[in-house]
Amino acid sequence: MAETAPAKLTIKDFQSDQDVRWCPGCGDYSILAQIQRVFPEFAHRKENYVAVSGIGCSSRFPYYMDVYGLHGIHGRAPAIASGVKLANPKLDVWVATGDGDGLSIGGNHMIHMLRRNVDIKALLFNNEIYGLTKGQFSPTSQLGQITKSTPAGVIDQPFIPVSLALGAGATFVARTMDRDPKHLQEIIRRVEKHHGSAFVEIYQNCVVFNDGAFFQYTEKESRDDNVVYLEHGKPLVFGKNGAKGVRLNGFTPEVVDITNGKYSAADLLVHNENDSTLAFILANMIHDPGLPRPMGVFLAQERTTYEDAVQAQIAKAKAKKGEGNLQKLLDGDETWEIA
Amino acid sequence: MVKSLETLEEVTIRFAGDSGDGMQLTGTQFTNTVAALGADLSTLPDYPAEIRAPAGTTYGVSGFQIKFGSTDILTPGDTCDVLVAMNPAALVTNTKMLRTGGTIIVNEDAFTEKNLRLANLATNPLDDGSLSKFEVHRIAISKLTAAALEDMNLSTKSVDKTKNFFALGLMYWMYNRPIDQSVKFIREKFSAKDPQVAEANLRVLKAGYNYGDTTEFFTTRYDVRPAQLPAGRYRNIMGNVATALGLVAAAKKAGLELFLGSYPITPASDILHELSRLKEYGVKTFQAEDEIAAICSAIGASYAGALAATTTSGPGVALKTEALGLAVMLELPLVLINVQRGGPSTGLPTKTEQSDLLQAVFGRNGEAPLCVIAASTPVDCFGATYEAARIAVKFMTPVMCLTDGYLGNGAEPWRVPRVEDLAPIPVHFVTDPKGFQPYSRDPETLARPWAIPGTPGLEHRIGGLEKDQLTGNISYDPDNHDAMVKIRAEKIERIANDIPLQTVEGDATGDLLVVGWGSTYGSIRTAVAAARERGLSVSHAHITYLNPFPRNLGDVLHNFARFLVPEINNGQLIRLLRAKYLIPATGFNAIKGLPLRAEEIENAIMEILGGNNG
Repeated sequence: MAETAPAKLTIKDFQSDQDVRWCPGCGDYSILAQIQRVFPEFAHRKENYVAVSGIGCSSRFPYYMDVYGLHGIHGRAPAIASGVKLANPKLDVWVATGDGDGLSIGGNHMIHMLRRNVDIKALLFNNEIYGLTKGQFSPTSQLGQITKSTPAGVIDQPFIPVSLALGAGATFVARTMDRDPKHLQEIIRRVEKHHGSAFVEIYQNCVVFNDGAFFQYTEKESRDDNVVYLEHGKPLVFGKNGAKGVRLNGFTPEVVDITNGKYSAADLLVHNENDSTLAFILANMIHDPGLPRPMGVFLAQERTTYEDAVQAQIAKAKAKKGEGNLQKLLDGDETWEIA
Repeated sequence: MVKSLETLEEVTIRFAGDSGDGMQLTGTQFTNTVAALGADLSTLPDYPAEIRAPAGTTYGVSGFQIKFGSTDILTPGDTCDVLVAMNPAALVTNTKMLRTGGTIIVNEDAFTEKNLRLANLATNPLDDGSLSKFEVHRIAISKLTAAALEDMNLSTKSVDKTKNFFALGLMYWMYNRPIDQSVKFIREKFSAKDPQVAEANLRVLKAGYNYGDTTEFFTTRYDVRPAQLPAGRYRNIMGNVATALGLVAAAKKAGLELFLGSYPITPASDILHELSRLKEYGVKTFQAEDEIAAICSAIGASYAGALAATTTSGPGVALKTEALGLAVMLELPLVLINVQRGGPSTGLPTKTEQSDLLQAVFGRNGEAPLCVIAASTPVDCFGATYEAARIAVKFMTPVMCLTDGYLGNGAEPWRVPRVEDLAPIPVHFVTDPKGFQPYSRDPETLARPWAIPGTPGLEHRIGGLEKDQLTGNISYDPDNHDAMVKIRAEKIERIANDIPLQTVEGDATGDLLVVGWGSTYGSIRTAVAAARERGLSVSHAHITYLNPFPRNLGDVLHNFARFLVPEINNGQLIRLLRAKYLIPATGFNAIKGLPLRAEEIENAIMEILGGNNG
């Protein structure tokens, strides 16, 4: 293939000819639209994009993107995507998954992909419910939640996806929302820039089985008081007119008023994307209902990617031993001739 | 003292000792030396699943059997002529393998009260007359080893670790083999790490050799002449190594990168080990988090244009089942190697069995046919693997290649092929967007095009949902599904047009045809040859291509009146043959975790044909 500059792409270049079959009002529409809107900004060749998914509502995503796509089996997208990326590291590999696909049946593959730091971008559409199987609880459903399979309420402690990704050693971890298109777009841009595994939890409204699960964070009237946007190097300010902030009391975050003269912005916790300890503290804010929900990039670190390490070992072996000679390999070290 | 030299046509030796005694190393060393001198040979490592079971126990015994000769050696031997037993447990668990009148060489120092108790022996078999059928040589191997190292100031433990080389040296002397190759091996393996260990091992090896020369116990040495093998360049090779090389060779001939997604499992892990060393050949090995990820990564790599393979054993295949179905739906090339072991469940991890044939042919949800082929000898692991890759690429399908623990760990001499003589594996990646349809088909093979990411204009989506038979878009259309199920089946059937016809060893017609597959090849061939010498009308057909069968198999079968199907399972090939060809076949099934014995098969032949056993 001749390496010419990539053609200027538009949103239409990323829309496939397939009818989108999500339920009307599903949060997935917004996620798809923001990605299709942002992808043309990137200087990538269209033919180098590969979208890989497993099973679930979110996993239909590849069918609607006019790029190379592989709709795999339940939970296995990170493993399939790893094979794609290792075979051809030039490809831009994206995984679309959900809370069931990515954290339950595919949890093992997700954590191992993240720890290896394969350069794959994983978008986890979290709706805290099983959609495609019609309404059972998921590994992110809330304690006590009534679902089809938990008429007496969920008794499983939910995963915090961001904490799980951090614990797995991910180098890029973020959270955003379907109903905040600008922020979602901004996170997609950040993800694209990252070299290594990226994990993005996207709060996504399931209009049929778990409608409004995230409304306190996504809706205009409640968002300001319940969400704090993380920005690298900036203090954690939130609330209407920026009246509140998060400060660290020891290792424990607490909400303070910065308008009454006792505290000012200078007392607040300043976000540092490179600090993995801080990332864990921010991820754990979910346990205290009095704290706002952080949105944005929790962690962004650089570490050698897996595929680069694979290539480096091959290059080193070739430099040391020369390009392998198949006949020599078949012959082995000890041969004898029979006349 | 004058020692005589007697020439033997063939001999079978069994080394047995504790798992920690280095019996596998001893056996392998002896094998390599024997091989390089041009004898034909076949080996059978027989070791426990436990890494290092308590010393002295019967369940910790590790064995290695080698048969070598100047004749055509087809099996590692039903029984052995010589048993080298390093302790009582090794002796009691292995005497049943020794022929009457056979030779036993024991380390008499190991016959302590404690070791006798650990081997559940009330009396010492060396003294109680129970070995009267054999020629027993009691040698103080431990003491002689210690004496050889007296001035080296080594710990008792270090000294004890070298005693296997005494046994090896003695066997070299006894069978007139030079120690040079093992000297070289010891120097290369130990000298850099620990020169003292190297020196100790060398001394003990020589002490064993010299002991044979000087002791009055042994008056005769034996010689085995080189075998009359076809001219060419030879090496000794284990089945799992041959499998690994088959994959590398296929990738090279196809002009593709080799990608292996694998998860460690006995007895297949050696393929992963072997391939992980071959980075200068551009081989990418990915040790995945589990069996499922292993095959899924291979599917991803295949989609991206690599020659992709996954290696495992039966329990691993069970885990990969759903992904295999995906590969069938995606119609991507994929080689799955199953080094079969004893089942079900965890079963007998280190023992051999042929019980995954029906799993290979049928073991998926839905109508999910794929190609199944089987290797018949350790050397044939190369050819079968290469063929699996060739078919996978040509027909855009997963291919399962069955070997087993015996083939994988067994070794024999291999006439190394010339790279230029290997069958070509043409690969065509489509690049022209004009008229491109992901599920259009080659009219001859029904293979769909291989369109890899990175190709401009061919962006398309594939997946596990049923697809339209041309566009590959999701389709729930009833007639389309019916058509796709039949197309996928027909594609696999058409592989029969691309494989060799079934051959028969012996006459093409007769009273009895013995039909086998896989690692029973050597035993069946030996048994059939013996029965034919008795004048019985019996032939042998060994099936490499198990799905689809060769297109002449029905004709081949119908030239015979009766059929015997020996298998190391409870009757699997026999079901396929009965179902497809409606033949009245009799099974011979011994499921002991061991290769079938030629003698048992010969008896089964005579039972059917009424031959005189004697």
